[in-house]
Amino acid sequence: MADSALHDIPSVYEPSLFGTYSKKIGMWLFLLSDSLTFGALLYAYSYGRISTANWPTPFHSESIVNATIMTAFLLTSSLTMVLAVRASVDHNAKAQTLWLLATMACGAGFIILHGREWSNLIAEGLTLPMFPKVLGHEAASEFVNVSQTVPQFASTFFTLTGMHMLHVTLGVIYLGVVALRRKFIPILLVLWLVAWLTTPAYSPFHYGAHVLLIAAIVCAIILWLKPKVYDSSDVEVAGLYWHFVDLVWMFIFPLVYLMSAKIL
Amino acid sequence: MATHESAAHASHAHGAPQGFIRKWIFSLDHKVIGLQYYFLALTAVFVGMFLSLLMRIHLIWPTATLPFFGEIKPETYLSLLTMHGTIMVFFVLTTAPQGGFGNYFLPIQIGAPDMAFPVLNMLSFWTTFLGFIVLLAAFVVTGGAPLHGWTGYAPLSALQSAGPGEGLGADLWITSIAIFCIGALMGALNFITTTLDMRAKGMTMMRMPLTVWAWFVTAILGLLAFGVLLSAGILLLMDRNLGTSFFVPLVTVNGQLTGHKGGSPLLWQHLFWFFGHPEVYIAILPAMGMCSQLLSVFSRKPIFGYKAMVYAIMAIGFLGFMVWGHHMFMSGMSPYTAFAFSIMTMGIGVPSAIKTFNWLGTLMRGRIRFTSPMLFAIGFVSLFVTGGISGPFLAQPVLDIYLHETYFVIAHFHLIMGVASIFGIFAATYYWFPKMFGRMMNEPLAKLHFWLTFVGAYAIFMPMHYYGMSAGLRRYSQSTEVAFILKLLPIQRFITIAAFITIASQFIFVINLFWSMFKGAKASDNPWEATTLEWITATPPPHDNFGGRTPVVNNGPYEYSVPGAPRDFVMQSDPEIKPKH
Repeated sequence: MADSALHDIPSVYEPSLFGTYSKKIGMWLFLLSDSLTFGALLYAYSYGRISTANWPTPFHSESIVNATIMTAFLLTSSLTMVLAVRASVDHNAKAQTLWLLATMACGAGFIILHGREWSNLIAEGLTLPMFPKVLGHEAASEFVNVSQTVPQFASTFFTLTGMHMLHVTLGVIYLGVVALRRKFIPILLVLWLVAWLTTPAYSPFHYGAHVLLIAAIVCAIILWLKPKVYDSSDVEVAGLYWHFVDLVWMFIFPLVYLMSAKIL
Repeated sequence: MATHESAAHASHAHGAPQGFIRKWIFSLDHKVIGLQYYFLALTAVFVGMFLSLLMRIHLIWPTATLPFFGEIKPETYLSLLTMHGTIMVFFVLTTAPQGGFGNYFLPIQIGAPDMAFPVLNMLSFWTTFLGFIVLLAAFVVTGGAPLHGWTGYAPLSALQSAGPGEGLGADLWITSIAIFCIGALMGALNFITTTLDMRAKGMTMMRMPLTVWAWFVTAILGLLAFGVLLSAGILLLMDRNLGTSFFVPLVTVNGQLTGHKGGSPLLWQHLFWFFGHPEVYIAILPAMGMCSQLLSVFSRKPIFGYKAMVYAIMAIGFLGFMVWGHHMFMSGMSPYTAFAFSIMTMGIGVPSAIKTFNWLGTLMRGRIRFTSPMLFAIGFVSLFVTGGISGPFLAQPVLDIYLHETYFVIAHFHLIMGVASIFGIFAATYYWFPKMFGRMMNEPLAKLHFWLTFVGAYAIFMPMHYYGMSAGLRRYSQSTEVAFILKLLPIQRFITIAAFITIASQFIFVINLFWSMFKGAKASDNPWEATTLEWITATPPPHDNFGGRTPVVNNGPYEYSVPGAPRDFVMQSDPEIKPKH
C-alpha cells in the first residue's frame, strides 16, 4: 500500500534513503530518541543500584506473579497489533478496528493491573517522601524499611515504571484515535472523569488521571488540524510505537522486578 | 486524494493560507516558521546580551545600582549568569541557526515544497516559544531567577532550600528546559526525515550543499541528546518536588539535614554533559556549514575537499558523543577514564583541522569578493581557530584542573561556541536576507558592523585568557575583595569597555535589518551569483517554494569557475556539466 503510493509520484523526488514513507521514518527517529530517554532512566537506575551497598530485593511472589500477568497482557497486545496491521493492509476496516480495540483492551488491562500493584506497594509502605500518606497502613512491612534505608529503590521503581506506564497510556490513546478518530475524544473525557473521581486523593493516580484530559485536548487539536481518514500506514506506524513500548517493558520487567525478587 | 494523502509526499502540498493568523501566527509554512524562530532568537539575544552587560557593569563597579535589579548581591549575580547562559545557549545558539535558517532553507536547498511534517514543525516552534516564556517567568516569581548556572549542577539545583531563586524560579527553569527539549526533538525529527525523504530528483546525498549536511548532522545530534536531557530534567524535578534522591547525597543546608540521602551529584553531571557536549556542536555545526557555503560562493571556487568536509562533519558529530567527561575532570573521575576522555577530545582536533584547512584551501587563489557575508565567514574561521586552539589545552586533565574554574574557560567557550556561531548567524543573515525579504541590506553599515564586532569580540575575549591564566576566578561576583584578583581589575575594566562598544554596535545590525526590510534596494533572484536551489526560485519564494515546478538537480553544489562554462558559476539545476578536475 505504502509502496504503491510512493510509486504514484516517481519522478519528483530522489528515492528515499530507506525506501519508505516519511511518517514511518519519523516514527523510527522518535523511537530512537525515546530509547535514549529510557536509556538515561535505566542508566540512573543502574548507577543507583551499583553505588548502593545491599540493594534490597523485597518483591514477594505476589508482585512477581502480578508482573508476569502484566507481561502476558503486553505480549498478547503485540500479537493483536500485528493482526490489526494485517487487517489494515487487507483493507478489512471492521477487523482492523476490532483488533485495535483488542490491543487497547490488553493495554488497559496492563495499566489497571499495574495501577493496582502500585497502590498495594504504596499501602505496604513502599513510597516516596512526598507521596501523601496512606492512613491506617503503617504496618511494619519490609517495604517501610526499604523506603527508609534505601530511598533509591522506591525512586527508581516509581520513575521507571511510571514513565513506562505513561507511555502505555499514551499508546492506548494513540490507538484509540487511529481506531475511532473523533469518536474517541468523548470516551477519553469520560475515562478522565471516572479515573479522577474514583481514585482517592492520596493515590498518585488521582493527579495522574489528568494526563487523560491533557491528551484529550491535544488529540482534539491534532484532529482539528489534520481531519483526515487514517489508512494502513497510520496503523503500521502506531504499531511501531506500540511494539517499542512492549520492548521497553522487556527491559524493565527483568531489571526492576526479577532482579529484585525475594528468593526464598 | 484521501488514499494518497497520508502516504509518501502528497500531504505536503497544502494550499497557501489566506487569513493573517493562519499565514503569520499558526503558519504551517516552513519559511514563516523559520522567520518566527529567527525573531524569537533575536529577541532572546538582546535579553541575554543585556544580562551580560549588567554582569560586566557589576564586575567593575560593584556598588553601582543597576536598572531592573537594583543593587547586585552575589546571588543576584549568579542569577544573571544562569539566565544569560540558558537564554544564549538554548534560545539563541540552538534556535537561530537550526530552527531559523535550517527551517527556512533546508527544504528549499534540497528542492522540497515544505518540511516532511508541517504540523509538527509548527508545534515545535510554539513549544519552543512557550519554553522561552516559562524561562522569563523565573525572573518575576518570588525568590527570582535560579542561581545554579546553565549547567544546573546538583545538589544546588536539586534542593528548594539551597538559596534564593532555588524555589519556584528553579522549577520554572527546569520546566522551561524540558519544554525546550520536546520542541527541539520535534524539530530534529522533522529535519532528518525531510533530508532523507524529500530531496528533489538528482539531489543525491553527495550533491547536498554543506549547509544541508550541517543541519542534518545537527538534527541527529539533537535527536540523540535532548532525550537524555529531558530524562535528567524529569529526575531533577522529582528530586525537588517528590523528595527522591537521584542527585542528592546526605547533605545539610544551614546545619539542617535535608532528608535526602544516597544520591550522586555526579549522576546529574554525566546525564547533563551527555547532552551538554553535543549541544556545543549543535550550536557550532550549522555555522560551519554556512561558512563553507559562503567561502565557496565568494571565492568563486568549488569548496576544497567536499567529501572530506562531509566526513569531517560526521566525525565531529560522532566524537561529540564520546567526550562529555572532559567537562568533569574537576568533579572526581578515575585518571584512566579522564585519560580516555582526554584522548578522544583531542581527537576532535583532527576533523576540525580538516575543516579549517579546507576553508583555507577554498580561499587560496580564489577571486575573493569581500562582501559583508564573506567578511563574517572569514571572521568565523578566525574565531574558530582562536577559540579552538585553547581546546586542546583544556582537554588535558592536568591543565584543566588549574584552568577550569578560571576565566580561561569562559574565554574559550565564548569564542568558539558563542561568538563564532553568532558570526555564522550574521553571515547567514547578510547572505540570505535578499532571498528572505526581497531587498538587499545596506553594505557600508554591514561592513562597519563587521569590523566593530570582530575587533570588539577579540578585545573582550583575548584579555579573558590572560585573566584566567593569572587565576582570575569565574563566577565571582566581585573581584575587589581578594588581593591578587584586585590587581587584575584593569583587565576587567578593559573588557567591560570593549563589551559596551561591541554591544552598542549590534544596534547598527538591528537598524540595518529593519530598515533594509522596508527600504533596502530591491534584490534580484540571484544577487550573489550562487549555485544552490534557493537562488533559482522567486524572491521571496512562493508558498510552495518553486511555484508548482519541481527542480531537477544535475550538478554538485559548488560548481564555480568551471572551465568552458558560459558563466563563472553553474547552477545545480543547470544541464549537467562534466567536471574537468
